[in-house]
Amino acid sequence: MKGIDLFQLFLYLVLLIALAVPLGRYMARVYQGERTWFDKLAGPVERLIYRLTGVDAGREMNWWQYALAVLVFNISGMVLLFLLQLVQGILPLNPQHFGAVKWDLSLNTAISFMTNTNWQAYSGESTMSYLTQMAGLTVQNFLSAATGMAVVIALIRGLARHTARTIGNFWVDLTRSVLFILLPISVVGALFLVSQGVIQNLSPYLNVHTLEGARQTLAMGPVASQEFIKELGTNGGGFFNANSAHPFENPTPLTNLVEMLAILVIPAGLAITFGRMVKDVRQGRVVLAAMLILFVLALGVCYTSEVTGNPQISALGVSGPTAMEGKEVRFGITNSALFATVTTAASCGAVNTMHDSLTPLGGLVPMLQIMLGEVVFGGVGSGLYGMLIFVILTVFIVGLMVGRTPEYLGKKIESREMKMATLAVLIPAATILIGAALAAATKAGTSSIANPGPHGLSEILYAFASGTGNNGSAFAGLNANTLFYNLAIGLAMFIGRFGVILPVLAIAGSMAAKKAVPAGPGTFETTGGLFAGLLSATVLIVGALTFFPALALGPIVEQLLMFAGKAF
Amino acid sequence: MDGYEKVAFPERKANRVESVPAGEVAATSGTGKNKGGFDREMIWQAVKDSFVKLNPRVMLSNPVMFVVEIMAVLTTFFTFSALSGAHGSLWFNAQIAAWLWITVLFANFAEALAEGRGKAQAASLRRARSETRAKKLVGERVEEVSSTRLNKGDVVLVEAGEVIPGDGEVIEGIASVDESAVTGESAPVIRESGGDRSAVTGGTRVLSDWIKVRVTANPGETFLDRMIQLVEGARRQKTPNEIALTILLVGLTIIFLLVVASLEPFAMYSGARASLPVLAALLVCLIPTTIGGLLSAIGIAGMDRLLRRNILAMSGRAVEAAGDVDVLLLDKTGTITLGNRMAVEFVAAPGVTPQMLADAAQLASLADETPEGRSIVVLAKEKYNLRERDLAGLGAVFVPFSAQTRMSGVDLKEREIRKGASDAIEKYLAESGEKLPPAVNTVVEEIARKGGTPLVVAENRRVLGVIYLKDVVKGGIKERFAQLRRMGIKTVMITGDNPLTAAAIAAEAGVDDFMAEATPETKLALIRRHQSAGHLVAMTGDGTNDAPALAQADVGVAMNSGTQAAKEAGNMVDLDSNPTKLIEVVETGKQLLMTRGALTTFSIANDVAKYFAIIPALFAVTYPQLNVLNIMGLATPQSAILSAVIFNALIIVALVPLALRGVTYRPLGANAILRRNMFIYGLGGLIVPFIGIKAIDLLLVLLGLH
Repeated sequence: MKGIDLFQLFLYLVLLIALAVPLGRYMARVYQGERTWFDKLAGPVERLIYRLTGVDAGREMNWWQYALAVLVFNISGMVLLFLLQLVQGILPLNPQHFGAVKWDLSLNTAISFMTNTNWQAYSGESTMSYLTQMAGLTVQNFLSAATGMAVVIALIRGLARHTARTIGNFWVDLTRSVLFILLPISVVGALFLVSQGVIQNLSPYLNVHTLEGARQTLAMGPVASQEFIKELGTNGGGFFNANSAHPFENPTPLTNLVEMLAILVIPAGLAITFGRMVKDVRQGRVVLAAMLILFVLALGVCYTSEVTGNPQISALGVSGPTAMEGKEVRFGITNSALFATVTTAASCGAVNTMHDSLTPLGGLVPMLQIMLGEVVFGGVGSGLYGMLIFVILTVFIVGLMVGRTPEYLGKKIESREMKMATLAVLIPAATILIGAALAAATKAGTSSIANPGPHGLSEILYAFASGTGNNGSAFAGLNANTLFYNLAIGLAMFIGRFGVILPVLAIAGSMAAKKAVPAGPGTFETTGGLFAGLLSATVLIVGALTFFPALALGPIVEQLLMFAGKAF
Repeated sequence: MDGYEKVAFPERKANRVESVPAGEVAATSGTGKNKGGFDREMIWQAVKDSFVKLNPRVMLSNPVMFVVEIMAVLTTFFTFSALSGAHGSLWFNAQIAAWLWITVLFANFAEALAEGRGKAQAASLRRARSETRAKKLVGERVEEVSSTRLNKGDVVLVEAGEVIPGDGEVIEGIASVDESAVTGESAPVIRESGGDRSAVTGGTRVLSDWIKVRVTANPGETFLDRMIQLVEGARRQKTPNEIALTILLVGLTIIFLLVVASLEPFAMYSGARASLPVLAALLVCLIPTTIGGLLSAIGIAGMDRLLRRNILAMSGRAVEAAGDVDVLLLDKTGTITLGNRMAVEFVAAPGVTPQMLADAAQLASLADETPEGRSIVVLAKEKYNLRERDLAGLGAVFVPFSAQTRMSGVDLKEREIRKGASDAIEKYLAESGEKLPPAVNTVVEEIARKGGTPLVVAENRRVLGVIYLKDVVKGGIKERFAQLRRMGIKTVMITGDNPLTAAAIAAEAGVDDFMAEATPETKLALIRRHQSAGHLVAMTGDGTNDAPALAQADVGVAMNSGTQAAKEAGNMVDLDSNPTKLIEVVETGKQLLMTRGALTTFSIANDVAKYFAIIPALFAVTYPQLNVLNIMGLATPQSAILSAVIFNALIIVALVPLALRGVTYRPLGANAILRRNMFIYGLGGLIVPFIGIKAIDLLLVLLGLH
């Protein structure tokens, strides 16, 4: 490992924490309705929105009212996006005259952007009109991110409150997420990207003569405005098919760094917000610490595997890095491995390198991070609520060992919470396994595979993991734009999103209603290094136990075969 | 001023076991059958029961083991159907099938063994319940009926030598009763109408005198019946935490079912084939069979551990709540203090020598059989070398304590000696126009302030001085409370004493808080206050007026010597009537929860090693490269899978003693306990199976069984 590589990775982590902490504090103020410096600007807009929509901001919801609002809002958004794609051909802002998107692809894409997955079975530059990109996809980028944040804030309220019936107002949480957090940061971020060379226009695609004298079509579009929220909201859906490997999306090493920071800053910051809102900052820090432990482990494996590369290429006498296929030369091994780890730690799915081309073990890391439930930072909101589910599991299993029935933040964890927490872990795991098994066993599934052998299995596994985990990145070898995959992964994305959100909100409701027991020396401590270790071990063991056999047949055996001289 | 009455009427019979640690009490009394070990008969019975429990309807209550049973059936089926077919590894499949059955049987054995102790105890209780003839009173007439036909509200007469036919309340008379059938304690106890000693239990025997008893329970609902049901586990219900844990275990089982089920298509894709017995073996190894198989045994054993300390828990829920208790309400008398005040000093009045005072005090106390009285005699002997004298020889007439005068004493030829509380003596002096000297008054107040009881001694209406009676705090109790504090448990002393006295004793005993001049109402209010702040409260009680508080408390331990109402209200009954045992109750509850957590952690951590055994073996033919994962170096794929299954079965039976005994409990803070248990059961759970599976593999190779 080169010193400069190590320094870059380290610098990234330092910058991330330095940004996440103040942002986390700010978000806590936003969600608790406290005064912020941004009130003057956003306050009037917020009140106007409530007046226009008839929302009573002071009225709180109980958990199922909240859940109902989440569902109604998201499904309506999905239907609108679905219809927009079907009729984009007759709508304006379509200089390339793209026709209607096929119904199954359109449905898949609508679910994908509504669930914060941004799985793309299409190429943006050859499928979507500017109107669809701006009014459809970008809008959902904001709203799906805000939904995740609202849900985690509802859960935090449920944990922080006691003997309460309500967990907040979804419309208020949603509005404040967009107005106070996502929108202002995105505006600044987009302007920065433009300054670095990211395009933002509505012009038709350009036909240019290259230096070599060839003719080339350059896709244009309002990229910057969609680009920053793509990372900030951990959405990941690229304007162009090449995503953040495309020079118009990610032109310089600086934009690369900023984009990587944007992906994790809200998920990391929310941990701090959590600590603030439960009035014990250590609780937030310990969650953040567990996320960091897992992240550094994953990064270490991915980086090492990529640097080691492919011995067969070394054998050909190639000097320098041997795993450059599928990577941008501008970013190199380190920043590709880091981006891959970052984007799958968060359920972002933006990529600056082709995960399909990573070394098998390097590719296992993104896959495993998604399979762990997208809790290593995870998506905006969804990462923290997923991690808090694991906190509840850890407290329940390990907490018994101190000789008291388990409690978290002074609340007893009883059968209802266990039922919901188990469901929240079980539903995504079952979706991935059943979906992948179905694909591996049917002609409809296997015919899309580009590479034979274990790598093909990895492609299938990755697709269902990415969809269910609402990540959206792809092991690109798989041809996903088929009826089977559009529907199967569409369903996986939907179940993976709401199959977790509903149990999470149910837990929020039942935890809010409980009495709080003051902590004493006999209470199981959920802060400190020991707990951070236990939490990360629980995540690893539960995830590894669930997917180890499948992974053994996919990337693990592939890596072993590669060392033995066989590639796919 | 605290009443002198208490000095004259020693409280409960419980006092006599005070200084003996509760554990020893259980060991020496008990019901005889209930010692720590298991005899051969009990183990044999458990072995038989483990087969009876194979009934799927019984197994259904344990979802994890039910899945194992289904897998065992399927594998057996597969093996037999393969008999006719051309499958190669018949011997291997048969071994897997056998070990899957053994896994189920081991889990059943653990449960049966845990139930065994209770069953033995129930059998001995049943003998006590045998049908008796009862003398039912109908108006003035006595009617002979069978005890099984007595209903609530009937009144029966029980005379010396007869067995009390049912639970009831003494409404008339007084008798000594042998309750050894229930408590295992052979010393008889007094039962009389009114007050807190009026409850009698069916199946116990009247030794002397007679009592009229109003029956308070219908046949089949008596204390003895309930006790039999409880110890037999017939009415055992899953406790809340057990249900929550079962949900988690079921969740894990479903996940692993999916893992194994999806493995088949993945394997097919990869061109590998996994046979049904191998997949069944993998599934059984992965699902949490260790904790699943031992969970109910842990719960039963927890109640059983209490029972061996002669505490009857009315439900498993109560035992579990005991682990969560963080406020203990402890009666001062009997729990914190020895229960009897002891004379520690003679303070003479001006112009009187201490010898004179001691002499008079000893004379007045010679006939006083109460512990207080005896302690005065002993102190006089020790301090002033005054030997006991023969009262009869002196022609003395003992004046016993009476409720009117509230004094006791002795009349000699020319001497009239009286001792009593200062206000009683004051009244006695006032009859002849005398008063308490101011110096004596000061001493009285001083002693009261220090938490003691002053007894004033007067001879011929002249005050000689004051005897300082002190509540003696039990040895070691302060350390015990310090331990409890480290465990996060707050102790509150409850006493009828005045605040000054209470404060002094509270300071000496080292309790966290105290409640003076406690009444049933203030006790109830105190419990509610703690509960509304989120605490769980445990208390002991015996009187009828304790009943509301016992019912309100999360853990209410009623003394067996107490009233029926108290026993109904509490969720535990202490057959020894020893309030100190409340601390053991809490420890047992904690131990129960710790055992559950430790075995769950152990069980889940075990899976890591099992994967390393089975996964390379499963696909060794298709991908020999996966043998890199065979880090244990297991001999063949078959031996690897068999070793994992065998280890999985044997670990259940190896952990049975731990499940029944409970993990070692130490009164430490939560963090220290966690670190320790995590090290043993978490890290141990990761490492032990690697060693175990390897050892079994070596053995299999040695025996040629693979």
